[in-house]
Formats: sequence, structure tokens, C-alpha cells
Amino acid sequence: MRPNLRVLSIVSALLILVPLVVPSWVVFILTKALFIFIAVLGVALFLRGGQITFGHALFFATGTYTVGFSVKWFELRETLVLVPMGALTGLIMAALVGLIMARYRGVFFAMLNLAFSMILYAILLKLYWVTGGTDGISVGTATFLGLPLPAGTYPFYYFTLVIAGLITYVVYRFLASPLGYFLRAIADNEIRIEYSGESVRRVIYLTYILAGGLGGVSGVLAAFTVGHVVPEDAFWIQSAQFVFIALLGGFEGILGSLMGAVAFEFIQTYSSKYFPYAWQLTLGGIMLLVILFRPGGLWAIYESLVSRFSSKAEGSTHG
Amino acid sequence: MVETPLILQTVDLTKHFGMIKAAERISVEVNQGQLVGIVGANGSGKTTFLNLITGYLKPERGRILFMGRDTTGLPPRVITRLGVARSFQVPQLYTHMNVLECVLLSLAAESGNGGSFWQPLFEESRRAEALETLGRFGLSAYAHRPTSELPEGGRKLLDIALSFALKPKLLLMDEPTSGVSIEDKFEVMDTLVKVLQESNVTTIFVEHDMEVVQRYGWRVLVFDEGQVIADGKPDNVLADPEVRKTVLGRV
Repeated sequence: MRPNLRVLSIVSALLILVPLVVPSWVVFILTKALFIFIAVLGVALFLRGGQITFGHALFFATGTYTVGFSVKWFELRETLVLVPMGALTGLIMAALVGLIMARYRGVFFAMLNLAFSMILYAILLKLYWVTGGTDGISVGTATFLGLPLPAGTYPFYYFTLVIAGLITYVVYRFLASPLGYFLRAIADNEIRIEYSGESVRRVIYLTYILAGGLGGVSGVLAAFTVGHVVPEDAFWIQSAQFVFIALLGGFEGILGSLMGAVAFEFIQTYSSKYFPYAWQLTLGGIMLLVILFRPGGLWAIYESLVSRFSSKAEGSTHG
Repeated sequence: MVETPLILQTVDLTKHFGMIKAAERISVEVNQGQLVGIVGANGSGKTTFLNLITGYLKPERGRILFMGRDTTGLPPRVITRLGVARSFQVPQLYTHMNVLECVLLSLAAESGNGGSFWQPLFEESRRAEALETLGRFGLSAYAHRPTSELPEGGRKLLDIALSFALKPKLLLMDEPTSGVSIEDKFEVMDTLVKVLQESNVTTIFVEHDMEVVQRYGWRVLVFDEGQVIADGKPDNVLADPEVRKTVLGRV
């Protein structure tokens, strides 16, 4: 996940300017893509460390219900309070669950995450007098410094974009740090890490906490974008969707997760419009193609295009 | 010759794998600054001895004292932090990183910054130190190459460089010249011994090659069936027909 200022500038410019010239439904889809991108970053971190989680919706739902309960009990809809609070609840949830998860790797790590998210799902479903059960909790419109910030509008979109930008910077700093490199090293050689005096468990645990925070922030933005929180936010399908997007976009570059999230939202929108009875089939087919031909996802496709063009350019310069 | 303080002491160290005696009441003392070679036939318990000292295996009986502190049963991570580093018979590298990144990670761990999540790994001073370390091991040319592109001798040297970057007081090397061609093995050992002596790192190295032990070791321990059967100056010990028979299978 190396910084690439040129790509970052182009993507930033596109995300800032494109919403100004597209219909409002596209702005809504881009807002969704941005909050999903934030959650997917957490999944992508673990994929870089050779681990896969099928339970990341645990933190996403922690974020959505942070909003749900704040609205239900305190009538609090202030984004400047709730976004940090969502990060905090996600961090706390991850800090608790991570005490167990940091001991596991591979299939156990994947499935235990799933188990925890399904426990939360069941709690949200059964404690209906607190959570509203299957009806969930309606959260209404967010506020920003007390002013309404309705979903689907430019202000809400740009607010989400700023949060996504801050998160991207945090994740970039993390990945460039020794801890970020040790995370990557877990996929390579745990023995060498331990014989460097570093703890693999600690690396997993700290990454887990960061990923939990990302899930929490994503959940807060999701709650206000959709306007409603439901137990399905913690369901395994939501977790699987995050994994799908992480693989579709590729996890070697931070922006791969963004590419995956944007692509996923548009594929889902168009395929449910044109193939309403087979949109899952479309998604499945695309995943199959990615795994068979480009396991590095959209980011790998982008990188190979860039290297092809730059080698051509070099060839023409020297030729 | 003035005796330097003890750095490592094992007392009755014992480890069995079923019927196999991998370590049988090993009592050894190593003084600071020594360069000790360990020889023995396959399965004689050489690597087990290193694994016990570094915490990879736990002994059934006996104690390990490192600089007077009991380290018996401590995990490798803790023992490493106390100042015992090791290299491996099969180099343990980060396969998806380049050579410089690997050394930077060791340096970050050594300085206690391994858990830092905000400061970059590529800090200027750390980068300079990593390049200097690579220079000492003759690996400067490979700094920006993936570890997978290193020749076998280079992989061995990098594996040891990663341990050396931890600034250990005691370094254990498991067959530093295995897999290295006959022409290159003395070059590898010359490089290693020079760097380690300059830094005054006490070193224990396991080696199959008697010639290497004779040339570089100040002292040699001979292992057989988990026991130390001879201990002394290489010229004397390795000339013993019994030792040669045990290690080589012939006199």
C-alpha cells in the first residue's frame, strides 16, 4: 500500500468534482461506496497479513447501533460527536473481542470472527425491547454543528469524503509504520517476527483494534446514509460483502478498497436494475473472473496498465 | 589468558522426543566474547541445543542461565529481547519484502519501536543504520532487491544480519555455511567472523563442516546422542580419532 501522490490526486479530484455533474442518485451511491470503503479497509488490512475475517460486520453494526441508541435514548444526531463515538465503540468492541482473536490465525480466525458477529446479530434480534428487533431503529437525519445534514445531499457526501480522506491518511501512516510492516510480515514468516523480539499476537491485536475503529466509523456514516439501523448490519452476509469488495478491489493498495467499493455499488445497482432475478449471479461471476484472471483485483489491473503504459512511454523515448 | 565473565550456562539440560535423547544432561559454560563451534553427526542434538537456549523448545529438566538470569522456559520473544539472537539452518526471511525492509524491521524491533503505528519504518537514521549493516555483511548491492532474488549465500548472510541488527550479546548460528558452495563458504565465514568480532558478539555456531570449525572456532563442543562428548580447542578435539569417528563415521 505505497503512497502514490499522482493517483491520490486524480482520485481526490474525481471524488470532489464528479458529484457536481452527476445525478443525485449517483451522489447517494458514491456516499455508500465511501462508507463501505472505510469498513473494507479493515478487512483489507487483515488480508495483507494473510488473515481473512468473515465477521467484520460486528464492528460495522457496533457503529450503526451507536447511532441507533444515541438517537433513541438521547436524541443525539450530531455527526461531529457520533463519528468519533462510533470509532471509540468500534475500538472498545475490538479491544475486548481481540483479546481472544489475537490467539488465532487462519480458518479459526475467520470463523471465530463470524461467530462473534452472529452473536451480536442474535442479541440485536432478540433484545427487541432495547434494539427494536427486526424493525431496528429509525435514526432520521444527521446534524452537523446542529444544522441538518440530510443523506444523499452534497454536504453529507462531502462530510463523508472528508472522513474517508482522514481515515485513508491514518491507514497509510499505519501501513508505513513498523507495525504495518510487521502485519505484512505475518503472512511471510511468524518465526522471524518472534525471533526479532516482536509479538505476533500484539501485531494482530493492535491491527484488530484499528480495524474495529474503522468498522465503527463506517457504521455511523452508514446509519445516517440509510436512515435506519437493523440487525442485518451484523449479519454474515454483510461481512461477506466486505470480503467480496476487498478481493474485488485488491488489498495491496489502499485505493484498491475504494475501487472495489465504488465498483461494487455500481455493479449492484445496474445488475439489480437489468437482471433483477440474477444480480447475485452477476456478482458471483465477477468474483470468479477476478480470482481466475486477476487475483490482485482492480488495483492489480490498474498497476499493470500503468506499468504497460510507462514501459511503452520509455520505449518510445528511447526508440 | 584472562577469563571473561560467563554469558551462558546450562545445567543438566535434558530433552527427549519419545525414545530419542535430543539433549541429555548438557552442562556447558560459555564466556563472553568466545566463538564456539558445535559439531556432531545428524540427529546428535546440535539444533535441539540451540532451540532450547532460544526458547523454541522447553527442557524437561535442567536450567539455562543467560548472564546470570534464569531463562529456562521463557518464550523466544522474551529471550531475544534479553540479548540472545539466532539464525536458522533454513534462512527465515520476509519473502514479500526487500532486503532493506527486512533489516529495518529488525532495527525497529531492537529499538523498541516495533509496535509504533505512526512513525514511518523508513526513518532517515534507521535507514542509514540498515544500509551500514548491509554494507558490513556485503549485501549493499541487494538492498532494494526482493529477498527471493538473493543467492543462497546471500540469504544466509541476510538471515544472520537480521539477527545481528538486534544487537545481541549472544548470537547462535545454525549451520551458517550449509547450502553455500564450497568456494563461497570461507568467504561467508570470513565476513561473519569479522563483523561479529568487531562487535564483540559472543557466538555459538553449529556446523557440519569440520574444516570450518577448525578454522574459525576458538573452542569446539562435540555432540553425540544429546550429550557433549568432547569440549576444547578445535585442533586438539578434532584430532581425536574417537571424535572423528563419531562426527564423520570414520577416523
